[in-house]
Amino acid sequence: MGKTLFEKIWESHVVVEKQDAPSLIYIDRHLVHEVTSPQAFDGLRMSNRKVRRPDLTIATMDHNVPTTDRSLPILDQTSSIQIQTLEKNCKDFGIKLFDINSPNQGIVHVIGPQLGITLPGTTIVCGDSHTSTHGAFGALALGIGTSDVEHVLASQTMWLEKPKPFEIRVEGKRKNPHAVTAKDIVLSIIKNIGTGGGTGTVIEYRGEGITDLSMEQRMTICNMSIEAGARAGLIAPDEKTFDYLRGREYTPKNYESLVDSWRENLKTDGDAKFEKQFTLHIDDIAPQVSWGTNPGMTCDVTESIPTPDDFSKGDVNQKKGAEKALDYMDLKPGTPIEDIKIDRVFIGSCTNARLEDLIEASKVIKGQKISPHVKAMVVPGSQMVKKQAEEMGLDKIFIDANFEWREAGCSMCLGMNPDILSPGERCASTSNRNFEGRQGTGGRTHLVSPVMAAAAAIKGHFVDVRKMDLS
Amino acid sequence: MEQFKKVSSIVTPLDKVNVDTDQIVPKQFLKLVQKSGFGKFLFFNWRYDENDVKKPDFVLNDSKYENSKILVAGDNFGCGSSREHAVWALLDYGFSVIIAPSFADIFFSNCFKNGILPITLKQDLVEKLQKENGLVEVDLENQIITTPSEKIPFEIDSYQKKILLEGLDDIAHTLQYEDKISAFEKESKIPSVL
Repeated sequence: MGKTLFEKIWESHVVVEKQDAPSLIYIDRHLVHEVTSPQAFDGLRMSNRKVRRPDLTIATMDHNVPTTDRSLPILDQTSSIQIQTLEKNCKDFGIKLFDINSPNQGIVHVIGPQLGITLPGTTIVCGDSHTSTHGAFGALALGIGTSDVEHVLASQTMWLEKPKPFEIRVEGKRKNPHAVTAKDIVLSIIKNIGTGGGTGTVIEYRGEGITDLSMEQRMTICNMSIEAGARAGLIAPDEKTFDYLRGREYTPKNYESLVDSWRENLKTDGDAKFEKQFTLHIDDIAPQVSWGTNPGMTCDVTESIPTPDDFSKGDVNQKKGAEKALDYMDLKPGTPIEDIKIDRVFIGSCTNARLEDLIEASKVIKGQKISPHVKAMVVPGSQMVKKQAEEMGLDKIFIDANFEWREAGCSMCLGMNPDILSPGERCASTSNRNFEGRQGTGGRTHLVSPVMAAAAAIKGHFVDVRKMDLS
Repeated sequence: MEQFKKVSSIVTPLDKVNVDTDQIVPKQFLKLVQKSGFGKFLFFNWRYDENDVKKPDFVLNDSKYENSKILVAGDNFGCGSSREHAVWALLDYGFSVIIAPSFADIFFSNCFKNGILPITLKQDLVEKLQKENGLVEVDLENQIITTPSEKIPFEIDSYQKKILLEGLDDIAHTLQYEDKISAFEKESKIPSVL
């Protein structure tokens, strides 16, 4: 019987295999950031261990760095200590660090691919659940906890129960690909399969709706695999993948010979079997807006807030969850999505802060001003994205529209730095999680695509971006 | 890691589904560089109001559950962020067993690395346990939960069970395979980053 892409990558990385127990898997790339690593380095010191492969390990600071003027000192003492701790740890253990002043600094899942560190067919880990992003390149990319960060630092391996392969087919063509985006595809998937729908699996996204996407759009899809509970998300590499990585700063010297073998091997065989299957038809999908407190609580922009009964389809616990979510979000069933007013707009995060995201959003706002009651910001995913955008004059478009134009980092996606919502504030956000308090205690998050966020900024409420001219 | 011993306590019922790690320990508390002291931040936004006053209607604020070591929650517990701080907070607060119909993968794996036993049980058994007022004993060795009225067997991966019972140092265990790791590295065609 044939094998899935996931099984092929898995099998080529097994160091030790045991019956009815996790296998020991080799890790080709380990990405490190300031929040989930200090306790891991501490553990190494206490046991007198070294980092086994500093040459396969790369660090940056992204989660709690300020996105304002980088020449000023960091006011938050605890953030500052965490950043200094990473600097010291990288120095002590010989790890390459892109620090706050590096032109390569940025969100770890944006810089990995941009620098050519992410490669097809590799295993990649990072102490961050959105590591699944790198799966867009046909890598098996897993988010891990701090204990596993320490384990990988010490051994370059980790024990992992073999996940099951899950095929998600995305079929058809979007009528307006500028208005209906990769974000809308992945939110539609999560809305359908639920936030636990992918638990215990590695999703492989397949079909015309996926191969049509650019690499940056594919990253948006794989990024949110974890919001469906999956261990990882994968897309088989193709010429778009190989072209994207060619000639980047850390792309290997023997790249073309690697490409030859990837082209040959990194695909699911015709007769391979998946344990689970789901198909999404995208010909008629609408832009999506989340209304609740997890990414599965999402509907079309043309719809109204559902009743907890309609949402839960008879599941008592889901009904309770929806009631609580509506209470937290201060929303009433039956309210049209387009009637929901917003206070803030955040364009950023490892889901949607790449160059293409900023280009698409800028088309919506060009020559316009944001609604007077809205505060809006753009936080590019990396310093490199920021620079490229500035070279194209995108910063001016945003600034002229009264957006704030910031330095790179995770920023308001998780609100560890000063970029947070105030209690009760409602935000159209291009990030990945609408959990209670995620963007600030008491803050209310609606997940949308960059063009939907930009349109909401202009109008002051959600609006179907398909009605706007995006040419 | 300490060896996992039999646990006996009343259970704390947390009647919620999809409890994410942002709720278990909110982001403002992730800036510490050590593993200890996270217990006071557990479920912070559910436990305290905006003036840091305890919310009387949240289950952890009911003094009855003060010394409980067993948390019984709804489906998909621990979803979202990979932050191990969530597990450190539960452990530091005093929980050593979490029971739910299902768990998110990364959270589930993080539990074993810190001496917390996550147990997956069917929905109806979880609901029954949430209503249990008496002492409940969790015996990992024999894979049995004992309530005043019944004995409930549970499944666990034999490797994970061993790790908990013996309090194994995962890394020391792995480094026994040093020769295999080195052999793999010699064969690997994936170039270094630098």
